[in-house]
Amino acid sequence: MARLILTDIKKSFGETRVLKGISLEVQDGEFLSLVGASGCGKSTLLRIISGLETADSGRIEIDGKAVDQATPKARNVALVFQDYALYPHMSVAQNMAMPLVMGRLPMRARLPGAKFLTPRHAETRREIAAKVRQVAEQLRIAHLLDRRPASLSGGQRQRVALGRALVRDPSLFLMDEPLSNLDAKLRVEVRREIVELHRNSGLTFVYVTHDQVEAMTMSDRVALLQEGRLLQVGPPAALYGDPASADVARFIGSPEVNLLPVRAAAGALQLAGQALPVASGQAEGTDLMLGIRPEAIRLADASTAGGCFGLQVVRRAVEDLGGELVVHGSLAHAPDIPLRLRLQKAPDGSAPIPVPDTFAAEVPMGAVLLFAADGQRVAGPAVMARAEIPA
Amino acid sequence: MRAENLLRRRQARLAYAMVAPASLLIALIYVVPMIAVVLASLTDYTLISDYWEWVGLDNYKRMFGDAQFGNALRNTAIYAAIFLPCAFVIPLLLAISIQKRKQFRSFFEILYFMPVTSTLTAMALVWSALMDSRQGILNEWLGSLGLGPVNFLGSPEVVLVSLAGISLWAIIGFNMVLFIAGLTAIPRSLYDAAKIDGADHPVDEFLRVTWPALAPTSVFVAVTSSITAFKLFDTVALLTQGQPDHASEVFLYLTFLEGFEYFNMGYAAALSVFFLGVIFVFALIQTLLADRTAR
Repeated sequence: MARLILTDIKKSFGETRVLKGISLEVQDGEFLSLVGASGCGKSTLLRIISGLETADSGRIEIDGKAVDQATPKARNVALVFQDYALYPHMSVAQNMAMPLVMGRLPMRARLPGAKFLTPRHAETRREIAAKVRQVAEQLRIAHLLDRRPASLSGGQRQRVALGRALVRDPSLFLMDEPLSNLDAKLRVEVRREIVELHRNSGLTFVYVTHDQVEAMTMSDRVALLQEGRLLQVGPPAALYGDPASADVARFIGSPEVNLLPVRAAAGALQLAGQALPVASGQAEGTDLMLGIRPEAIRLADASTAGGCFGLQVVRRAVEDLGGELVVHGSLAHAPDIPLRLRLQKAPDGSAPIPVPDTFAAEVPMGAVLLFAADGQRVAGPAVMARAEIPA
Repeated sequence: MRAENLLRRRQARLAYAMVAPASLLIALIYVVPMIAVVLASLTDYTLISDYWEWVGLDNYKRMFGDAQFGNALRNTAIYAAIFLPCAFVIPLLLAISIQKRKQFRSFFEILYFMPVTSTLTAMALVWSALMDSRQGILNEWLGSLGLGPVNFLGSPEVVLVSLAGISLWAIIGFNMVLFIAGLTAIPRSLYDAAKIDGADHPVDEFLRVTWPALAPTSVFVAVTSSITAFKLFDTVALLTQGQPDHASEVFLYLTFLEGFEYFNMGYAAALSVFFLGVIFVFALIQTLLADRTAR
């Protein structure tokens, strides 16, 4: 149970500046995801929080105490590794008991064979064994306690790693891409279990992932990192519906957001010669980017209400995902500007959506995002009223 | 059905034909000589006479009553007791300390590995010069410290230590490279996990991560070094010839003496069979342990 406060964390490896001043607050009991492309510094940040790495400058506070110089042991953080890092020569029970053995037994009672020489610690050993069994039962791996990691499946190893982290009642629960070694089906399952674990334990979770879907579905808040800087921190829906910059909009959401080059005109936007009736509030002639989520584009039909603008689209390819179609196309009058659409199928699912070679599409005015040429968000059209989270 | 049988038989013939050359070589180089030695050990064959006859187990009976055999075994055991712990612990410590270095790592690796690449026979002569009781530089250094002089190769108490020292110099680099290879194969994340779990004390780190992960390498190093210790011959033959007073007469040198100095080929063959048996036991231990750790 702890609040984590990072203040202006900086870190370089040689000439490479990996973290360029990260300030972040994680509330007690919160589930925060650090998300970003590989090499953005998220794993380094996690290692700095855990104490495996020290920051060049900046402050780390856990539960009101500065821990910049403290060892991982003193910080009492748990860390689940991407490859689980289970000790191959130890049984599951020994693996899970490790943090407790290290924490509760003195050095001489930990030496090989000391079990028989230090009967005084038998009581502690029994407590440790009981705690391990209790956590193992909670994670439904009690029947595996005598096995070695090599004889376990990926999902079971994952649980053992979680168990080893849980037995110690950590102040912070850190996870470094814990699902990346699981197959797709298992990943969805474990994802749900981790969320449940978070809810039941009430611990503060910091979860590193490159997978925006994981970040969106699991977290209370998402912190998006790029090249060592925090781009935006907020609830998943806010990052999706109200991105601070084009980079955030591009990273969050799949298929990727459409970013169309436009130029501000009087009360309108010029898109490759076409005038869109969108007021930008920017000086005439300013280059902007118009962001449109793929699902915000609809096929135009007769029932179309007002408040939309139209686009002529040429179809290039269609991906049928079962419940929805992803259409890859481009603007009819500017073939070099690509456009992605996500079309929901009818609930009965049977009727295929006809997507002609060239078709008219429409976009509700309120569903567009405007960015300056440098990627910063421009206040202009209203943000999406109701953010939709992709599955 | 018949066609299938025919095919299978033809494939079997082909398979035998393919393993035949290798099998023949193994038989010629290893199996036949071993059988020859075992047979010779049952005779009283000498190099100086064409006449020989079967003597049954007489050579073996003589061996276990022979004071020289006991002396050679004892010398070999003392030598191994000095050599083995050092041949294991020193390379392990070197490997751990070198592996953690970022700079100069390959420099130290090459430095310690260099003796392995040199010819031990030639280097033994250099060592004998260094260890000379009168003009040797080692004694000069000891003298400047107010110690010595030590008769490295001429004193019955010291000679096995000196020989062990030379062998160590020659083998440390090799074992160190084996240990470095073993250490490099340990995933970094295991050390990270150990730190997170609170095993950040070097002793804990070594006992919980390094040592268990290094077990297969350790078994290999221990067994090959044991065999090396038991095989000691060249430095003895070159530098001491078993002297002074049989104090450096180790097992293989005794075998050599019996066979090629005293021409008792039958008896030397019996000693060789004993030697073979010991090596076999070491190899067996290694195979069994390696199997277990692999599982």
